[in-house]
Amino acid sequence: MIEAAVSMSALGLGLGLLLGVAARRFHVETPPVVDAIDAILPGTNCGACGYPGCHGLAEAMAEGSAPVTACTPGGRDVALQLATIVDTGSDGAVAGMAETEPTVAFIFEDHCTGCMKCFKRCPTDAIIGANRQIHSVVVDACIGCDACIEVCPTEAIVKRVKPKSIKNWYWDKPQPAFGSGNGGYAA
Amino acid sequence: MSVRSFATLFRPSQFFSIRGGVHPEGRKSLSSDCPIEDMPIPTLIRVPLQQHIGAEAEPVVKRDDVVLKGQLIGKARGPVSANIHAPTSGRVIAVGHFAAPHPSGLPIPTITIRTDGADSWGPRLGRLRPENASPEEIAAKVAEAGIVGMGGATFPSAVKLNLRGKYALHTLVINGAECEPYLTCDDRLMRERAEEIVDGIGIIARALGVTQIVVAIESNKPQAIAAMQRFDRALGIPLRVQVVPTQYPMGSEKHLVKILTGRETPARALTADLGVVVHNAGTAHAVHLAVRYGEPLISRVVTVSGRGVRRPANVRVLIGTPVAEVLAHCGGLTEDPERLLLGGPMMGQPIQNTRVPVVKGTSGILALTRAETPDLDTMPCIRCGRCAQACPVGLTPFEMNARIQADDLDGAGRIGLLDCITCGCCSFTCPSNIPLVQTIHFAKGKLAEQEGRKHQQEETRRLAAARKAREEAAAEAKRQAMAKRKAEMEAKKQREAAAAAATPQPAQHGEPLQ
Ligand code: SF4
Ligand code: SF4
Repeated sequence: MIEAAVSMSALGLGLGLLLGVAARRFHVETPPVVDAIDAILPGTNCGACGYPGCHGLAEAMAEGSAPVTACTPGGRDVALQLATIVDTGSDGAVAGMAETEPTVAFIFEDHCTGCMKCFKRCPTDAIIGANRQIHSVVVDACIGCDACIEVCPTEAIVKRVKPKSIKNWYWDKPQPAFGSGNGGYAA
Repeated sequence: MSVRSFATLFRPSQFFSIRGGVHPEGRKSLSSDCPIEDMPIPTLIRVPLQQHIGAEAEPVVKRDDVVLKGQLIGKARGPVSANIHAPTSGRVIAVGHFAAPHPSGLPIPTITIRTDGADSWGPRLGRLRPENASPEEIAAKVAEAGIVGMGGATFPSAVKLNLRGKYALHTLVINGAECEPYLTCDDRLMRERAEEIVDGIGIIARALGVTQIVVAIESNKPQAIAAMQRFDRALGIPLRVQVVPTQYPMGSEKHLVKILTGRETPARALTADLGVVVHNAGTAHAVHLAVRYGEPLISRVVTVSGRGVRRPANVRVLIGTPVAEVLAHCGGLTEDPERLLLGGPMMGQPIQNTRVPVVKGTSGILALTRAETPDLDTMPCIRCGRCAQACPVGLTPFEMNARIQADDLDGAGRIGLLDCITCGCCSFTCPSNIPLVQTIHFAKGKLAEQEGRKHQQEETRRLAAARKAREEAAAEAKRQAMAKRKAEMEAKKQREAAAAAATPQPAQHGEPLQ
């Protein structure tokens, strides 16, 4: 009995030590640009880009295998910031990126079974609800990453444009239509 | 406070006009001779929970509650917020959302009350004798009454009364300029209720601990000036009425202080930095009612004017009354108005829906006809520079406009976009009718939205980090629990083994037990 315990403990200790040493020995410096990209990305590890977390995307972006526009929840703002530190390859990538409206998840209450799957999956804890109770999305915390949509067994969740509120509403840009052609400019 | 700055306070030579500014046609005669009248109680009242700058009030009533006049229905949340009270007695039929009195018309949290017509008062706020009350007590009372700046800025007044500790204040300026065309509500209030306003002014002055009071009134209101000039003290503090030139935007806080003291408030600073606090005349009246009679802010005087209104008037309206009912009380509209505005014609905001409620900051309801609104035929900029001349802040609106049109918001920010007070002088004066202030509104809104989005991103990042930490902690706790269980199991086994080894005999003794 004692032998078993001792041998298991020794094994654990030895392996742990080995791992520790290996980690030191084979430590890879992350290139600073990866950290810089990481700092700009939303940091929510939602997986919408298809890479394992924001760090995964940062690495891919640093080595040029992912475009700066890959982060959809971050949208144009993040892409523009990234473009200042990452070589975008083709110049038009960001400029052409439409200014998308932020989106958020919306749960159809009729279809929600209260299974808690989305609740557990949401990277920002934006979903509230309890077992067998209708869930709901806290709009201000939702980043529109799709994670919940993928796991919902009843397809009760859709993505929709973030509803405008009086706090983020603003006037459209006036587009003055000049009365007589181009005024006196042509001459 | 040096003697010199006191001396400069009213040097007549400084008494010219503000830089820039415009002289729009006043059109105040439409309603300036209409005494303030009361409106019958409407059947439905919709009280938004956010009628002030700062955090939204928290509803403290629920559906089907019976409320009495003056009862607290929304509680201030956080340091910058304001209480909301029931404007009349009735039954709460909804605590939900309703269209805001805002150009977007988007829904905001609103309490809807079906009035019972009895207008029966609930318990009033405790009264104070301002003569012996401490400044803190007065400020607390003003906060309790939910009073906000009545000139339109709707900043919670109690917060402004509490500036005493942080700044060396010496002067209270009462803003009775009312520089917006059409509006006459402050004018009428000063003419009819001068004594009450002066009492309110005295209360404010005591709360601020200032040594002098200046009441600034534009020269186009001789009766109001005469009414206020009857007083030279407010609760023992010297008061004087200062006639200021009729010029827009005289009522802008910083410009008023500039003209009265000759000193300019730095960008993004408060007039309190100069030792001056500005309050509106209407606010003083509300303070009087709250402190002397324990009446919270549940109604306000609104100017209903414009040639589109059949019978222009100054009406004391309960907060939450639908705009349509106020218009109907004034004989309705003569024609489909070109612009329907809340506030004055220069800075007021258009509304699309007349069912929106009157709120604490609604100084006017204007229905302007085609003839009253400027021509909107836009021409290219001719670089005449008139907008820059008119800008009271000293900005170059044409340049900001060009930068904003080219999507260079940061560039516009570098030349003072955030210092713009959106007074509208530039658009007013532009011979090419370029929508300058409208473009600035867009840019400011967009910047604010971007700022909000950035803030939200930081918040979600924090949420994600918190979740990760929690998950890790849970995993760690699980690991530890496992390790502990394992250790316990092992310890138990060891004990058993040791017991078995040490006392092999008792096992045999135990046999009879079986
Ligand atoms: S709206 Fe702004 S830019 Fe135009 S005149 Fe007023 S302060 Fe100047
Ligand atoms: S007033 Fe109008 S036309 Fe003149 S410079 Fe300004 S924007 Fe241009």
